[in-house]
Amino acid sequence: MRQIIQGIAESSHYRATHLLQILRQIQFRYHYIPQAAIEQLSDLLNIPRTQIVSVVEFYSFFHLTPRGQYELLISDSITDHMLGKKELIGYLAKKLDVAIGEVRKDGVVSLDNTSCTGMCDQGPAGLVNGYALTRLDHAGIDKIAELVNQQKPLNEWPAELFQVDDNIYKSGLLLNQQIEQGAALRSAFKRGVNETLTEIDKSDLRGRGGAGFKTAMKWRFCSEERQAERYVVCNADEGEPGTFKDRVLLNSYANQVFEGMTVCAAIVGATQGFLYLRGEYLHLLDKLQSILDQRRQNGLLGNNILGAGLDFDIEIHLGAGAYICGEESALIESLEGKAGIPRNRPPYPVTHGYLGKPTVVNNVETFLAAAGIAANGGDWFASIGTAKSKGTKILSISGDCAYPGIYEYPFGVTVQTILNDCGADDVLGVQVGGPSGTFISNQEFDRKLAFEDLATGGSFIIFNSSRNILDAVHNFTHFFAHESCGFCTPCRVGTSLLKKQVDKIVEGHGAAGDIVALEELCQLVKNYSHCGLGQTAANPILTTLERYVDLYEKQLKDISFEPGFDLDGSLETARRMANRDDVGAHLAQTAATGSIPTATFPPSLAGGE
Amino acid sequence: MSKTITLDGKVIPFEDGQTIMDAAMAAGIYIPHLCHQPEFTPHGSCKLCTVKVNGRNCSACTFPAMEGQDVLSETKELINDRRRITQMLFVEGNHLCPGCEKTGNCQLQAVGYHLNMLDNHFPLFYPGREVDASHPDVMIDRNRCILCTLCVRASQEKDGKNVFGVSGRGIGKHLIVNAESGLLKDTNLEATDRAVHICPTGALLIKRTGYRVPIGQRVYDHKEIDQVSLETETETLKHGG
Repeated sequence: MRQIIQGIAESSHYRATHLLQILRQIQFRYHYIPQAAIEQLSDLLNIPRTQIVSVVEFYSFFHLTPRGQYELLISDSITDHMLGKKELIGYLAKKLDVAIGEVRKDGVVSLDNTSCTGMCDQGPAGLVNGYALTRLDHAGIDKIAELVNQQKPLNEWPAELFQVDDNIYKSGLLLNQQIEQGAALRSAFKRGVNETLTEIDKSDLRGRGGAGFKTAMKWRFCSEERQAERYVVCNADEGEPGTFKDRVLLNSYANQVFEGMTVCAAIVGATQGFLYLRGEYLHLLDKLQSILDQRRQNGLLGNNILGAGLDFDIEIHLGAGAYICGEESALIESLEGKAGIPRNRPPYPVTHGYLGKPTVVNNVETFLAAAGIAANGGDWFASIGTAKSKGTKILSISGDCAYPGIYEYPFGVTVQTILNDCGADDVLGVQVGGPSGTFISNQEFDRKLAFEDLATGGSFIIFNSSRNILDAVHNFTHFFAHESCGFCTPCRVGTSLLKKQVDKIVEGHGAAGDIVALEELCQLVKNYSHCGLGQTAANPILTTLERYVDLYEKQLKDISFEPGFDLDGSLETARRMANRDDVGAHLAQTAATGSIPTATFPPSLAGGE
Repeated sequence: MSKTITLDGKVIPFEDGQTIMDAAMAAGIYIPHLCHQPEFTPHGSCKLCTVKVNGRNCSACTFPAMEGQDVLSETKELINDRRRITQMLFVEGNHLCPGCEKTGNCQLQAVGYHLNMLDNHFPLFYPGREVDASHPDVMIDRNRCILCTLCVRASQEKDGKNVFGVSGRGIGKHLIVNAESGLLKDTNLEATDRAVHICPTGALLIKRTGYRVPIGQRVYDHKEIDQVSLETETETLKHGG
């Protein structure tokens, strides 16, 4: 093992910034990160072992104890649930004879849940040793169980298990037109770099991740920094449940995305770029690497690009299962080989980014649009959209509709138009912008997608009237608690408290005051959290409480006090120890008629719950 | 003319490079905090020092003071919410003050008193956390750790070591030590290290010293934390740590 670890570290030139990339290879090979590897890496990379351990324990795809030779993960997105995920993972567990969250005794296979893998248009989905599995059904699971039990190497598994489709149903300004390789750069050099920034300014392009910061302004700030070293980073850590557009853009429009990054590098004066690709999109890696190679051969990356004196190259870094790394400063930390903990701001990445140097971080779609603007000019883009939201938005549509997939619309499109196009009827509501966005009811379908009304990073999950909204709230709230980085108190503790409180209400243990308590807690988490994750983690609750308070109230008991846990269940250990299971050893907490516990606590004892 | 900000209606001076916390302390105004000590790089994680700057919530310990800022700190809303954040810190760990040898010297407890915290408000987590008593002179009781990272920073910045780290994610976050065994006895920590003396709670304790000062004669038995903080921490500010 020593030689192998040495080789992996050497291929990364012993750079501590490549810690995640190194650990990914070790996990892939050994299915865990052995203690000996940590010790060795600590020496080779010259970093404390605490940094390595903290990285291993931060990212979902790294483990300190062995996982199976086949690490199976099933996507836990609400869209997977709507497609029957819960039953399927149960079936898979039974077929493989392994409990969810466990490793089978023979060490061959492990099974667990994972956050949304970005295959919402072709779920239920999963990952096996990092590679995406799509459209899981009973037949597929039978096949997988057979392959695992035969211990067939992954490259001998049938390709259809791994087939990922683009599912582009509606193209607009950006998707209609594949720019010829190099065309945007040639136009930019011909027009002049400063003039190209002026065109991007004129286009009024705003960041496509959801926050909507003006792109030209970000690039200008970065270019004005008095530092020799600057970086361009493409954020492809598309982790918002229900979003998968970047997967499609990188599968079919990657050249243009890389071209947008190169135009940015020319404008801000960067020599190094990074594509931070979420670990779940490992299946795209080889293809993207070969596109980068091709661009190098064609003089579009490397030294003296197109003879215009620009030196710039792009390196791909893979994530390892952490939603928080979509936050730009957490992403930069991750690029530096650390846990993805958002930084204090100011300073912002445009002045102090990667390795403390000025850095532009933009979404995949933003770079795609920037390349289009560099080729076609600012007016081409600005002529479409609304007053404050120019151009188009690429949406990832999933949930209850006939044609889940990718749709591109000019900004200002109404929700109803989208629902008509994707074949959705009997719609109860739509989650716009993913869990961190807004749930809108069927009374609001005349609302428009635009920064001035419904801002969105592109996730659009449709729920029909057979769905229970509280199931979605429950799923989203658990998601945020799982993904909280744990840095600040309000999010670390608050998201877990939200989870407890939502569980209490959903499971029917809620009492009269519990909705007020829930709302108060939501405001605390929203107002005091360090970054966007915590600030939006309560949105699923707040936006549904605002619209469907009766749904929550229906869950409550009439009494003023109800313990937030299963009283009788809590006595199980005591019963086992006392070796008794008679009637007197049970508490009737949830009797059909009344809900008064047979044993009652004085309020002073019970108050904590 | 020195530059100024307004804090709760009072005009106070600041110098370039100072945070709102620095300016407030220099002016003799206490803003509750637990993860901050002026001698170390600000961390901004406990969020107790949240203040409203021109209407927006910011951490006073990390946010730079700038001309024209109207800062609110002692508002009813902020005091109430700081109490809630303190309660969060209590429920996520296992804090049993009467049985803790740090009682009376504990900043978490003192902040609780300062904010008039009378109960836990939230349901308790009762987490299972490890105690490490392997070191001859120092022990870690993770039940009381609030993840302020002061020991991590003190070890790096003052002791020139790297004894501590924070690992894990979300509610599973926990303190780790820099030893292959994962035990404190196998680190190069010494009881005289600054890192051992900086813990705001009873998570890091020096053995055999717990009751040298009797209960009733401890720091916060007679003074509130605002007074103690201004007396001791502003000294560090003046002398640059």
